Amino acid sequence: MFEKTFNFIMLEIIKEPWPWFVAGPLIGLIVPFLLIIGNKTFGISSSLRHVCAAIIPSKIPFFQYNWKKEAWNLVFVFGVFLGGAVAVNLLSNNNAVVVNPKLMDELATYGITNYNNLIPVDILNWQSLFTIKGFLMMVMGGFFIGFGTRYAGGCTSGHAISGLSSLQWPSLVATICFMLGGFITANLILPLILSL
Amino acid sequence: MQNIETNSDFEVRSLDTMCVNESKINHKWYHQIKYLITGVLFGIILVKAEIISWFRIQEMFRLQSFHMYGVIGSAVVVGIISVFIIKKFNIKTIDGEQIVFNPKSFNKGQIFGGLLFGLGWAITGACPGPIFAQIGTGASVVVVTLLSAIAGTWTYGYFRDKLPH
Repeated sequence: MFEKTFNFIMLEIIKEPWPWFVAGPLIGLIVPFLLIIGNKTFGISSSLRHVCAAIIPSKIPFFQYNWKKEAWNLVFVFGVFLGGAVAVNLLSNNNAVVVNPKLMDELATYGITNYNNLIPVDILNWQSLFTIKGFLMMVMGGFFIGFGTRYAGGCTSGHAISGLSSLQWPSLVATICFMLGGFITANLILPLILSL
Repeated sequence: MQNIETNSDFEVRSLDTMCVNESKINHKWYHQIKYLITGVLFGIILVKAEIISWFRIQEMFRLQSFHMYGVIGSAVVVGIISVFIIKKFNIKTIDGEQIVFNPKSFNKGQIFGGLLFGLGWAITGACPGPIFAQIGTGASVVVVTLLSAIAGTWTYGYFRDKLPH
């Protein structure tokens, strides 16, 4: 009886959104974990390059390498995809995300009121893909993620987490530029796109 | 001869890339299961801490919440301590290999590319990891963002020689 109650309470706690001081250290531990289980440096954006190398190398020197040696990275991101599905279907209470009321006021002026999904379904959906706003947000936004991360040599995981963990100053430069680009975009450029 | 070839392949693989497989051992396919499981755990954390929420990213870039700064900051602190311990005690991999850290050299790409990635991050509310997790949560339209990101990576590879580095 006690055990059942305990298990129930634990599952309910897991179903709540996790605070930063639980999630952050767990993500930090992925760095040594991947190093110890197989000498792998934590990073995600490289998977996009391996997809290019595997499917559309097109004789480009940058994609001429033995991508199969990096197959672990593709397996890892497939795991991230599965993890997303597990978390949302089995470990979630499906409550709307709670954000700063100031943000809600601002987004309401652009018609964004649905907080039930992790993405704003009011503007990011299959119908809006064929509007200028949707195209800019999904196609152009995605393009800059792929182009920018490879140009910078890593993304949030590769530079901000892996790179900073091993105290590499180029990663600090990259991380500062990620944040700077994000600040400028979110405050100056995104409002223009959302107004379309 | 074999060695030289392997090395040049590493050179290409490590170009502008953070994560490179440093292991010299050729494992059987089922060794990939450990990366699958690690990926699943990472995906669960991303969703459960709402790191892949477009709204959380908007809060972060408007300085309206500490949440994302807490996540990234504490992850980095734990990462730094872990790497320090690995180096200090010369901890080996489970296969007994020396753990390798590749120092990254600075180039202008980290600035230009960093700013461009920041642009994409703020608009889509996702970096590469979250893209995969978002699709997993059932946001099927994010597949378009993923395909665009692959196209962006390919375009970078195509123009790489002409870009300032």
